[in-house]
Amino acid sequence: MMRGSRRRTAVALASLGGAVALWWVFTATGVIPAMRFASPREFAAAFEQISSQGYADAKLWQHALQSCKLVAMGFAVAVAVGVPLGLAMGWSRRAEAFFNPPFLLLRPIPPLAWIPLAIVWLGLGDAAKVMVIFVAAFVPSVINSYTGVRSIEPHLVEAAETLGIRRAMFLREVLVPAALPHIFSGLRLSLQAAWTTLVAAELVGALRGLGQVLSAAAQDIYPAMILVGMVAVGVCGGAMTLALALAERRAMPWRAA
Amino acid sequence: MAVARTNASRAQLFALSAAGLASLFALWSAVAASGWVAPQFLPPPWAVAERFELLTSRPFAGYTIQQHLLSSIGRFLMGFGFAAAIGVPLGLAMGWFRWLDEVVSPLFEAVRFVAPIAWVPFAALWFGTGIGGPTLVIFMGAFPPALINSYRGARFVEPRLIEAAQTLGAGSWRVIAQVLLPASVPSIVAGLRISAGLGWQSLVGAELIVASSGIGYLMVKGQSNMSPSIVMSGMIAIGIVGFAIDIALRRVEAAIHARRGQ
Repeated sequence: MMRGSRRRTAVALASLGGAVALWWVFTATGVIPAMRFASPREFAAAFEQISSQGYADAKLWQHALQSCKLVAMGFAVAVAVGVPLGLAMGWSRRAEAFFNPPFLLLRPIPPLAWIPLAIVWLGLGDAAKVMVIFVAAFVPSVINSYTGVRSIEPHLVEAAETLGIRRAMFLREVLVPAALPHIFSGLRLSLQAAWTTLVAAELVGALRGLGQVLSAAAQDIYPAMILVGMVAVGVCGGAMTLALALAERRAMPWRAA
Repeated sequence: MAVARTNASRAQLFALSAAGLASLFALWSAVAASGWVAPQFLPPPWAVAERFELLTSRPFAGYTIQQHLLSSIGRFLMGFGFAAAIGVPLGLAMGWFRWLDEVVSPLFEAVRFVAPIAWVPFAALWFGTGIGGPTLVIFMGAFPPALINSYRGARFVEPRLIEAAQTLGAGSWRVIAQVLLPASVPSIVAGLRISAGLGWQSLVGAELIVASSGIGYLMVKGQSNMSPSIVMSGMIAIGIVGFAIDIALRRVEAAIHARRGQ
């Protein structure tokens, strides 16, 4: 068992190393022209440039911070509205009947399609980004909170009722904890959608942010900087997913595995 | 106090649904008509409907809205087709050959962290802004679910079936094509449905940024003309097509389940 997993890690490292080696060979020999893709050395130089001197009006950490800050803001508002709404829709058939039709009507519109409207309404600044992030993150948090409530086992509810539980306590002690696994899978989807949407919104137009790095690099036809931007997008997205996974473990200690 | 228990009758629930829908449009109309916000900012629903109608007959940004949609759908089918044609066989093969799984998985995981939309600059640089560039972005959006679901499907095939085939002398390729593939069809189709949704989304994003036709391009042009009614018409068209794609694949899924008696 142990040997198997160690072998797996070795193969994984070899595979990634092989990809980097191929990258180096192809760009060094000119099989891939420099105009199309950057060599590892150019990549390092571009990284050095954006970290120390800055590119597209700011240094890398400032761009990354800007993007992460917007995602955190839009995500927080979407969760604060979406989760209670989803819980209410799961709880009461009346709430579901009232809120579901408008929701169904708006749902097929992908979050990215809200970007032009957000720009017309709010311009190229932060407000438009927060709006599209909100739209992106809202839908999954509603749906999964709803599913979470609907999948609560009825005898849990009955047991709590038999014991004469009060409404507030029921919410805090039964409803939310029981729906929490579903809520968190919704949050994961929300966060992913929020991140993708923000990058797209920044590509369409922004003053600062990782998407803006990508779009400036595309305009300058600077492949190494495009690559730096893509890696930064991946790293930030990964870090956020990781942070949410940690929060999930914290919030549900009973599901440690 | 029980989950989703209600004493409301069906008629009451139906009335509530109608009220929910009506209040959305009423709120929209009221805000638009009250003069609080300029019509250039939030046009009333009927103005959007009128504009939509106009877009079907008079070209905007070079084409009518049907032509824009057609070019978007063409790109979508291409990107989605590539994603399915590469993702499904690769996923099945990874489910069968352990070494392939071990080599490809780390690369796949590393690339998957990058949002599909971040491929737009390279897509434009490599394949231009016509068909190729957006197609690459759709591919990047649609590929992961196609691969993952085929892989999972292949991994969870009943070992007895594989053993039976092997006992009867089937080689690796035959096992993949004649055992793993048919057994994992439900999982594959479920994956393709997710693929299609993500692909359609990525397409819209790609067209917003780099394209010279398509429904996303129409919306960007509407945005730079400061015309929310054109932008909203585009959103409606995108929603309808996305919904239709989803329904079609749901039908396929249901048909397959029905045939397998599940």
